[in-house]
Amino acid sequence: MTPEEIKEVVLDILEGIAPDEDLSGIVDDVPLREQLELDSMDFLDIVMELRKRYRVQIPEDDYVELATMQSTVNYLTPLMKDLQKA
Amino acid sequence: MMIAGLPKRERVVITGIGLASPNGNNLGEFRESLLAGRSGVTPYEIRYVGKTVAGVCTFDELKYQKRKDLRRGTRAGSVGIYCANEAIADAGLDWPNVDRSMVGIYIGVTEHGNVETENEIFELKGYDYDTKFWSHHHNPRTVANNPAGEISLNLGITGPHYSIGAACAAGNAGIIQGTQMLRLGECDVALAGGVSESIHTFGIFASFKSQGALAEHDDPTRASRPFDTARNGIVVAEGGCIYVLERYEDARRRGAKIYGEIAGYAMNSDASDFVLPNPQRQAECMQLALRRAELNADEVDVVSTHATGTASGDIQECDALRRVFGGSHRVRFNNSKSFIGHTMGAAGALELAGNLPAFDDRACHATINVDSLDPECAMEGLVVNEARQQQVDVILNNSFGMLGINSVVIVKRV
Repeated sequence: MTPEEIKEVVLDILEGIAPDEDLSGIVDDVPLREQLELDSMDFLDIVMELRKRYRVQIPEDDYVELATMQSTVNYLTPLMKDLQKA
Repeated sequence: MMIAGLPKRERVVITGIGLASPNGNNLGEFRESLLAGRSGVTPYEIRYVGKTVAGVCTFDELKYQKRKDLRRGTRAGSVGIYCANEAIADAGLDWPNVDRSMVGIYIGVTEHGNVETENEIFELKGYDYDTKFWSHHHNPRTVANNPAGEISLNLGITGPHYSIGAACAAGNAGIIQGTQMLRLGECDVALAGGVSESIHTFGIFASFKSQGALAEHDDPTRASRPFDTARNGIVVAEGGCIYVLERYEDARRRGAKIYGEIAGYAMNSDASDFVLPNPQRQAECMQLALRRAELNADEVDVVSTHATGTASGDIQECDALRRVFGGSHRVRFNNSKSFIGHTMGAAGALELAGNLPAFDDRACHATINVDSLDPECAMEGLVVNEARQQQVDVILNNSFGMLGINSVVIVKRV
């Protein structure tokens, strides 16, 4: 997967987690929590969905990497570069 | 200790009703369906069990919740949130100025957590039962206080909240708990009643079926048929009913509409069997509630029976009713499960609500689907198939459950 495809995956996951929100204006380098109503359970949902869909394991110490869209994609790129987008 | 003769300030009244029934999304619709003989039972299918029938609610979940709330919470939570919001609106409370630390939430449930656990195990099967795919939402969804807690979160209520596990006596148990907490001064407003999401767990259908107690009929609307010779079991239903209860003086001071007064109540236990009812204990429960209400049996106008439509349960309850009301020519007996099935934790609260408009419209709704009355269920006052006009001042509501738990609530006109 390319970084662009990984971003599409994350957006798709966010659509499920925050179905009431408009995700079209997400700014890549601003914390997601400042743009969306997300709490700790929502971030665990992101982690779980990545695990379920792509078997990607994110250690708890790395959760901070999911702060912004940009940091998320950067973090996931090496983990998902060899995977096909579902 | 008897509660009769309590000072006036301890009187507790109903000032608001919110409900979700398979045949009505508010009291007006529900009552209209009950008087018109309109069933809410429909064809239904659930995993592993397959095609069956159930009472399914159609209230608008998004009226008081966002889609995200629905995703995170439970169906029981949604039912409760809908009913609580509707009840508060109906009560005409000045909600923004109500001290929410003095609002208590007391929600009866027959069971909770089966739906969410079954769903999670079903999901986990796709991951070869590897528990690292088990949801972090499982615990908050399945804690026993979930339905009450979701109401607290939705409405910003900071007073006490908890669920009351009382099998199918739970709806009445919620009302009783709310009444007691008002009398103790633990709250000023009680949101009390019961909810059920039970149609979403295959286990309840499968268990009733294994017990030989799951209703079947070609026409779903005729599947729930208490007192009829052809009855063959329970129709599982979902639903909810939550009351706003207040102390009488508070309600009068703010000029609230009053549906009726909780005149008496009782709960007791059979201590005799896991599933079979005990008419002697049921009769004792009704008699205790009557004593507390300072009423004689012949002063009761309507008895809302528990009657689930099982072969033995209906006969046993009729036995209990004869022991209490045998000498009364005034009392009428009816039943709501024949219309909507068994709403489990909601049943006691919902079935009482369906009768409360009788104080104004002076009608006793019927028990429907009686084509051939079982001689063992024949009672002089049984209102069969069509509503009957009459003066109604006192309603006695029965609700019984497994493990031998009995509950009775008596409401009288104010």
